[in-house]
Amino acid sequence: MGLYRALLTLYPKSFRAEYGGEMCAVFEQRRHSAGGPAGRAMVWLSEAVSVFGNAAAVHWDLARQDLRFTTRALARTPGFALTAILVIALGVGANTAAFSVADFVLVRPLPYPDSDKLVKLWERAPEYQQLELSPANYRDWKAAATVFESMGAYLPVESNLVGEGDPDRLAATAVTSEILPMLGVSAALGRIFTPADGEDGAPGTIVLSYGLWQSRFGGEAGVLGRRLLLDGSPYMVIGVMPRGFHFPSRDVALWMPFTFDASDYEDRDNNYLNVLARLGPGVSQDQAEAELGVITARLEREYPRENEKTGASMLRLRDYFSERSKLLLLALCGASLCILLIACANLANLLLARTLARQKELALRTALGAGRERLVRQLLTESLLLAGLGGAAGIAVAAAALPLLGRLVPDTLPIGQVPSIDLRILFFAGCITALTAVGFGVLPAVRAGREGGFEGLREGARSGGGPKQHLRAALVIAEVMASVVLLVSSGLLLRALWRIQAVDPGFRAEGVLTVRTALPYPKYYMTEKRVEFYRQVLTEIRAIPGVTSAAYISFLPMDMGGGIWPVSIDGQAAARQGGTTASLRYTTPDFFRTLDIPLRTGRGIGEEDRGEAPPVAVVSESFARRYWPNADPIGRTFDFVMQKRTVVGVVGDVMVRGLERTSEPQVYLPAAQVPDSSIIFYAPKDLVVRSTVDRASLVAAIRDIVRRVDPEQPVSHVRGMEEIVAEETASRTVQVRLLGALAALALLLAGVGIHGLLSYTVSTRARELGVRIALGARQGDILGMVLGQGLRLAAVGVLLGLVLSYAAAKGMSALLADVGPADGATLAAVGGLCLAMAAAGCFFPALRAVRTDPITAIRAE
Amino acid sequence: MTTPDDLAALLPLPPAVFHILVALADDDRHGYAIIQEVAARTAGEVTLSAATLYRSIHRMLEQGLILETHRRPAPEHDDERRRYYRITPRGRAAARAEARRLEQLVKLARAYGIAPARA
Repeated sequence: MGLYRALLTLYPKSFRAEYGGEMCAVFEQRRHSAGGPAGRAMVWLSEAVSVFGNAAAVHWDLARQDLRFTTRALARTPGFALTAILVIALGVGANTAAFSVADFVLVRPLPYPDSDKLVKLWERAPEYQQLELSPANYRDWKAAATVFESMGAYLPVESNLVGEGDPDRLAATAVTSEILPMLGVSAALGRIFTPADGEDGAPGTIVLSYGLWQSRFGGEAGVLGRRLLLDGSPYMVIGVMPRGFHFPSRDVALWMPFTFDASDYEDRDNNYLNVLARLGPGVSQDQAEAELGVITARLEREYPRENEKTGASMLRLRDYFSERSKLLLLALCGASLCILLIACANLANLLLARTLARQKELALRTALGAGRERLVRQLLTESLLLAGLGGAAGIAVAAAALPLLGRLVPDTLPIGQVPSIDLRILFFAGCITALTAVGFGVLPAVRAGREGGFEGLREGARSGGGPKQHLRAALVIAEVMASVVLLVSSGLLLRALWRIQAVDPGFRAEGVLTVRTALPYPKYYMTEKRVEFYRQVLTEIRAIPGVTSAAYISFLPMDMGGGIWPVSIDGQAAARQGGTTASLRYTTPDFFRTLDIPLRTGRGIGEEDRGEAPPVAVVSESFARRYWPNADPIGRTFDFVMQKRTVVGVVGDVMVRGLERTSEPQVYLPAAQVPDSSIIFYAPKDLVVRSTVDRASLVAAIRDIVRRVDPEQPVSHVRGMEEIVAEETASRTVQVRLLGALAALALLLAGVGIHGLLSYTVSTRARELGVRIALGARQGDILGMVLGQGLRLAAVGVLLGLVLSYAAAKGMSALLADVGPADGATLAAVGGLCLAMAAAGCFFPALRAVRTDPITAIRAE
Repeated sequence: MTTPDDLAALLPLPPAVFHILVALADDDRHGYAIIQEVAARTAGEVTLSAATLYRSIHRMLEQGLILETHRRPAPEHDDERRRYYRITPRGRAAARAEARRLEQLVKLARAYGIAPARA
C-alpha cells in the first residue's frame, strides 16, 4: 500500500490531492477482492503499470490545458506578448550570431587533422616582424631543422585558364609536394602531388578545388586526366580536393606543384616563400623556436650581409589573423552581451509588471481553490512558451544575421565564409532567457502566493511599491547603462570611420573603372610584345566616346600594398633595412591623369620613354623630400631596379598601402622600360579608365577590345576604383553598422523600459496623485515629479554607463584610429541622446499623471 | 450548452470513458462501484485500473460529461472517502453519439460480410 502511495507522487500535486485518497481506497478494495496471493500480485502489477502511463497522460493533459489558457491569456494582451517575444528573439538572435562567428574564427580548430601542430614560419628582420623566406634560407632551414615532422613552401599565384569556355583568371597556389600531405587531407577524386610532380622538367599537373570542379567542369569524374592550358602551358588534372577544403585562403581554385631551379637559390634577399611546417610529435612551439634561433644565428654568421640580424618568427596557422579581426569580433560579442543584458532586464520588467498587474487575478484564483502548484505551473508554462517562441524567432534572427557577419571572417584563415549557427551557443542564450523568464515570471507570483493570497483581493490594494519597485528601477538603470556603453562604443567607432574616410588617398577614385588583363608567360616575355598589347588596347579604349583617359599600371593602389624595391644613391649599397625602400610601379603614359594624381613638377611618363631611351623615373613628393630635401629633384639620378634612373617628374603621394598604414615613397617607371623577361611580377596588368560611360557598357566594350587584340586573354577583377577604396573601410563599416544597429535597439529597449516603469508607477499611484491634485498641487509639480523620477534613473544609468564605456573604449583603442576613449563630442552626444530618450519615455506617463482627475481617482477607491 | 459540433469534437470516446458513462447511465456510483459495474457488464472482460479510472474521471469532469454529486446513500452503506459521480445530459448525449458511431461501423462491417448478420 505504501509503495502504491509512493507511486502516486508521479502525478501532479493537484491531481494527487484531488484523487489520491480515492485511488488508494479503490486499489485497496481491488486487492481485497482479488483473493489469493497470486491474484493480489496481479492486481498490484497491473495497477502499478497503469499508474506510469496515466500519470504521464495527466501531466500532458494539464500542460495542454495550461498551454490553451496561456495562449488565450497572451492573445488578450498581444502588446505584451509581442514585445516579450521580440525582446527575447533579439537577445538570443544577436548573441547566437555574434558568438557563432567568434567561435568559428577564434576558437574552432582548423578543418585539418591535428591542426594545432601546423605553424607558419617567417624570417624576422629589424623592420619586418614577418618576412617571407628566400628560397636559399628555406632550403637551409629545412635541411637543418629536426623539430618539424615536415616543412613545405607555397606561393599564391594567379593563372589564366584558356580552352574551357571563356578565358578566366583564377586564384591558384603553387605548393611544394610536402604541403598537401602535411595538411592531412586527401583528394576527393584522383590524387595529390608527389615529389616527382615537382621535379624540374616533370609534366605540368594540377589539383582542382571542389568549387572549380563543380562550377567549371560540372562535377564530372571524367575531369581526371583532362589537359588544361594555364598561362599558355599545358597541365593535366590529377585530382580534386574535397568540398570545404581551403588552402591557404578560401578563394584559391587550384593547386600546382612548386618547382625550384638552381637560379632560385642565388639571391638570399629575394623573399617570397610562404612556409608551413608541422611540429614533430611531442615538440612544443618554444622548442621549435629555440632550434630555429640556433639555425638562423648560424646562417647569419655564414651570410653576414644578406642575413644581417635575420631571425625566425613562428605562429600557429590557427592564429594567423590580424589583431584587428579579433578585436572586431570581441567588440561585437561584447555588444551582443549588452543586448542580452538589456533584453533580460526588459523581459524581467515586463514580467514583473504583468505579475503585479495580475496579483488580483492570481489571488482570486487562489481563493477559488486553485492550488499554488497549479498557478506556478501555469505561470511557468507562460514563461516557457514566451521563451520558446522568442527563442525560435531568435534562430530566425541569427540565421538572417549570420551571412551579414561573413565579412568579419578574416580572409587569411583557410575556413569557409559563413559560419553555421552554433547550437551550443543557441542553447546557452536560450537557457539564459528561459531562466530570466522563469525567474521573473514565476518567482514573484510564488512569493505573492506565500505572503497570503488574499492581500491582493482587498479593494484598492496597492500593488507594487517596496522592494519590487526598487528591483524594477535597478533593471531600468542597467538597461540605460548598457545602452550607453553600446552607444559610446559605436559613436567612437563611427568617428574613427569618418576620420579614416576623410583621409585623402592621394588620387580621385570617382569615375574610374579598373579591370585586370594579366598577360601570361612565356607568351608575353618580350617587353615589346606587351607594350604593343597595351598600345592597341589603350588606343581603342581612349576612342570610346566618354572616356577621358586610360592607362596600365603594375598594381592598383590599396589593392596591392607591397611591391617595394631598395633604393641606392651615389653607389651607396642598398640595404633591405633602414627605410631605403620605395614602392615600385611600372606604368604607361597617362596614369597620373587617369587617377588625378597631381603633377608637382617636371613631366609624367611619356610615349618617348621607350626601351632604348634613357631610363627615367617619376617619383612621389615624399621620395624627393627623402633624398633631396632642399634641392630640385629634376635631373637627379638614383640606382633602382638594376639601373641608374633620372628623375623627370614629381607627383603627389598616394596611400599605396591603404588609408590606415604608412606607405613607402613611390617610384613610377615607364612600362616600356621593363627589361625583357625580367621582373615580370611588376609588368603592368591593371587597366584604369576614367570615363563618364556607364559601367556595364564600358566593361562590354573593354572585353570586346581585349578579345580583338588577343582572343585568349581573360579580363578579370572588374571593379570601380571607389570600391577598392571602400574596401579599405569595409570591415569597419560593417562593424559600425552592426554596433550602431545594436545600440539603437538598446536605446529603444531602454526607452520602452522607462516608459513601462513610469506608466505602471503612475497607474498605481493614481489615488495619491488624485489627492495631491485635490489638495492643490500644480500641474508643474506633478509633471516634475514624474519626469524627475524617470530622469533620475536615466541620469544614474548614463553616469555608470559612461564610466563603463571609458573602460570598453580603452579595450578597443586599437580600432579607434587616434580617436580618444574620452572623446568629448561622442560622450556629450550619447549623454544627451539617452536623456532625450528618457524624457520621451516619461512623456506619456507624465501626461497621464497631470491629467489625473482627482474625483475619479479617489472615488474609484 | 451542448451543440452537435461540440460533441463531435469529443468522438470517438476512449473506451474507458464510454464504459464509465454506460456504468453511470442508470445510477450514481462511486469509483470502485464503477469498476465493478463495468466488469459485471462486460463479463469480466474489461477491468479498469484505479489510475485509468481517475484519469478518465478527471477529464470527464472537465468536459462536463459527469459531475460529482453530493447526494450520498444512507450512512450505514457509505464510506466517507468515497465520492459519487453522476452522468450529465451532455454525458448521456456523448454516450449516445458514440453508440451511434459504433453502430454505423458494425453496419458497415456487416454490409461487407466482415461481421455476422444480426441473429
